[in-house]
Amino acid sequence: MSEDSVKSEVEFVTFSAGDQSFSIEITQVREIRRWSPVTALPHAPNEVLGVMNLRGSVIPIYDLAARFGLGQTPENPRNVIVVAMHGGQTVGLLVEAVSEILSVSRDQIQETPDIRSEMARQSITGVIPIETGMTRVIDLGAVLHQAGRTLQ
Amino acid sequence: MTLKVLAIDDSKTIRELLRSVMEEAGFDYTSAVDGVDGVERYAEVRPDIVITDINMPNMDGYGVIDAIRKGDIDNQVPILVLTTESGDKLKQRARQAGATGWIVKPFDDVSLVSVIRRVTGIG
Amino acid sequence: MGNPILDTFFEETEELLESLAEGLESMQGAEFDKEIVNSVFRAVHSIKGGAGAFKLNALVSFAHSFETVLDEVRSETLELTPQVMHTLIRSADHLTDLVDAARSGRTMPEDVSAGFLSALEACLGEGKIEAVDAWDNFEFAAVTLDIAPIEEPGEAAPEAEAASGSQAGFTIAFKPHATLYANGHEPALLFAALADLGQMTTTVDLSRLPEWDDLDPTVPHLSWTIALRTDESEIAVQEVFEFVHGLCDLVISPLADPTPPPKVEPVPVVKAAPVAPVAAAPVAAPEPSAPKAEAPTMSDRAAAAVAALKVKADKAEDAEAKAPKATLRVDLDRVDRLINAVGELIINQAMIAQRLQDMTTTRDDDLVMHIEDYRLLARDIQEGVMAIRAQPVKSLFQRMSRIVREAADATGKAAELVTSGEGTEVDKTVVERLADPLTHMIRNAVDHGLENREARAASGKPAMGTIKLSASHRSGSVIITVRDDGAGLNRPKILEIAKRKNLVPADAELSDSEIDQLLFMPGFSTAATVSNLSGRGVGLDVVRNAVTALGGRISIATTPGQGTEFTIMLPLTLAVMDGMVVTVGGQTLVVPITSIIETIRPQPSDLHRIGTDETLLSIRGRMIPVVDVARSLGFPSPDNLAAPLLLLVESESLGECALVVDGVQDQRQVVIKSLESNFGSVPGVSAATVLGDGRIALILDPDAVAGGRTAGMHMPNILSNAGRTAYANV
Repeated sequence: MSEDSVKSEVEFVTFSAGDQSFSIEITQVREIRRWSPVTALPHAPNEVLGVMNLRGSVIPIYDLAARFGLGQTPENPRNVIVVAMHGGQTVGLLVEAVSEILSVSRDQIQETPDIRSEMARQSITGVIPIETGMTRVIDLGAVLHQAGRTLQ
Repeated sequence: MTLKVLAIDDSKTIRELLRSVMEEAGFDYTSAVDGVDGVERYAEVRPDIVITDINMPNMDGYGVIDAIRKGDIDNQVPILVLTTESGDKLKQRARQAGATGWIVKPFDDVSLVSVIRRVTGIG
Repeated sequence: MGNPILDTFFEETEELLESLAEGLESMQGAEFDKEIVNSVFRAVHSIKGGAGAFKLNALVSFAHSFETVLDEVRSETLELTPQVMHTLIRSADHLTDLVDAARSGRTMPEDVSAGFLSALEACLGEGKIEAVDAWDNFEFAAVTLDIAPIEEPGEAAPEAEAASGSQAGFTIAFKPHATLYANGHEPALLFAALADLGQMTTTVDLSRLPEWDDLDPTVPHLSWTIALRTDESEIAVQEVFEFVHGLCDLVISPLADPTPPPKVEPVPVVKAAPVAPVAAAPVAAPEPSAPKAEAPTMSDRAAAAVAALKVKADKAEDAEAKAPKATLRVDLDRVDRLINAVGELIINQAMIAQRLQDMTTTRDDDLVMHIEDYRLLARDIQEGVMAIRAQPVKSLFQRMSRIVREAADATGKAAELVTSGEGTEVDKTVVERLADPLTHMIRNAVDHGLENREARAASGKPAMGTIKLSASHRSGSVIITVRDDGAGLNRPKILEIAKRKNLVPADAELSDSEIDQLLFMPGFSTAATVSNLSGRGVGLDVVRNAVTALGGRISIATTPGQGTEFTIMLPLTLAVMDGMVVTVGGQTLVVPITSIIETIRPQPSDLHRIGTDETLLSIRGRMIPVVDVARSLGFPSPDNLAAPLLLLVESESLGECALVVDGVQDQRQVVIKSLESNFGSVPGVSAATVLGDGRIALILDPDAVAGGRTAGMHMPNILSNAGRTAYANV
């Protein structure tokens, strides 16, 4: 890694799900939407809430808390959907609330400590210390990949 | 005056290539897709020079030369034959058929244009 | 888009390859038809020509060898034996590969090309194919100005060669023949070109001008002697006369030559016309109408040629294909954007219609009528837009003949592909996405469908197996069938394999059609059970998934001893379909109209329970299975199973079966939205759509639901169905 890229700033959108703080790189976030009812998919795992109409395309909505084994997100009008893009796929992540935009330099991102949950280890690329503790950087690809496989 | 070129080739690729070269050179370019089309276009366009492929459906390049040379419209117009072979046999044949000269494919822009200028004396 | 002309080249090449394949096909087994061989030759020749312009050397050199062999065939010096024919066809395949490679910037392994090259060489005998000089390593170099000794050695004076070293310049004696003028040359232009080389003095020799009365205007009588002072070599001078060799007497000698030509009358010429210094010499420009009055005029000739063409076209079977219509090239993105917009338009129409229906106040008949017009117009627009994407299946079918050849070669069987309905138009995406499944089915047909030569001989069939591939439109669907004339499915063996692989219990008793369905089960076909050729670890289940993803269905019919037929039924368009909007387990679902036979609300006495949770419907004297859609999709089951509303559907796996639904809401056209692009395939569901209220409804895959191929139903229903069938038959 060159000097420049170490110092370069990266922006993250942080949000809470299952009372924990998560974040994804801002370049992956398309928009943040109010929760609206979804259409359930047959035999979908808990974390796949269903599909939603986003201006004519069908996008799946994942419950991020359920995805990380933190239990189903309770219904709440304050819940929001973070619409994100990954590898040509557009998906929605249901979270409790969006917290802030975080601007950090790359060297502030720490490696994920050795945690037991394999799923969490694979889906979290690193952690960033913040005032209230830390936020977990999500590997969107891993989240989608594993969810998709669950359904298959 | 603007030089009028008629190119006859059944390959669209070659026609487009010629178009880009001819238009670049400031010539007035018309193309035809085979021999019969070429002879018809010739009568309409009255070009200053004809460039024709040999191997074509409906009427081949020799047929085109023959039609023009034996016709009554400017039958001494310069006609260049486009060929992929540079062999003497082919040149001999082209000359006998009445071709003014030949261009070996793949052609390069500069020599093509200079040959055209040379045989037409225009430009 | 990089180079638009390169794009043109690949586009054109695709057409040429198509006509190449077509031509080779008609050369097979037919009488020698020079015109067809010519067109085949031209296709390869044109590909070579275009490829040369873009320095696609691998393509050029292979096309060159291919063309050389075709040329021999064309001139009938090479007999068209089956072996030669085979080589030609395989060479066309290889040429196709080379084009693909060139398009994607890859290079083909040299040994592959070498194999094909040596097969071509073998047709001619050694050393007959000349290397593509100037092509192998050509730079974008030259109009080849070759000044090799000319064909008529007598006319070039020998001293010309000796003189090449002279620095002072040259004396050029030049006497045009009539042909020089006839070929479109002008002495003046030659002189002008010479003048570019140095300082020039021209003298014209009028001595041979005949008396006025004897003058034959078609015979030139002038000759010139040119003194050229130049530092250029003789080669440069020769180049000026390159095109007129043989059309004139030309002697080039060093300027030092002391002997001037006799009877000179000096006329200084720089760029003045050397022609007609006296009125008596109209040599350079004969009166246009004077000579050859008997020759047909050009327009007559052209007209005759065109007339001949028209006759030909009329005779051709497929006149439509020969007369190219005016076309417009449009970026596919633009079409797709339009299609999307039309999709939204249709949703919008549905929303308005729904709102109108919901308005219980005064019914406005005019408004209802306008809304109906709106619906019809939207449909017209949609059909028109979809037609833009429609493509004949011809190119797809043509690719398949190659697959048959390769499969036949690999299995040692003799097989031919017979196609029909190539003009049938299907959505472009369908054509593209059908390529893989169809390839697989065709391979299968050769590999498993056709018997080997001995078995065919034993059963009195011709050695050549036939694979029939056909396409047609039938009531809003496209039907594609693949039929072989082989032995038919070996059902005992299929059942045995399925049992061995634990796909069915060892004691299962299945009906014939149930056994046939086993072929589509995941895990039935693996590399171990199918030959290397059709296997590749891909089974018919993958074929069926691909077809389902296109909103289609696939079925099998087989007759022992006579062959097997696979039928693929596809919707005409991918974008829109007619659906019945139903409620199941509280959810709104759409069922494709094409699979629905009728809706019925049966009497309780028509329903028969079997075991704990299976139900049969007795209808018109038959028993058909009842499928609880909600349960099979994992939704809460309705309570009213005692008197359910049933959708009678036709399924490939079970024949007729009845789907339990809570209620029917509506019947309407829906826009199909892919689930796969953002998520993945969902068992039991083929796609999704957006309803009038903006919410998403899933589109049911009745086949999957009826056949139990939904997640959560671990063991396919086929077993319990088998039980039911057995019960029903008792």
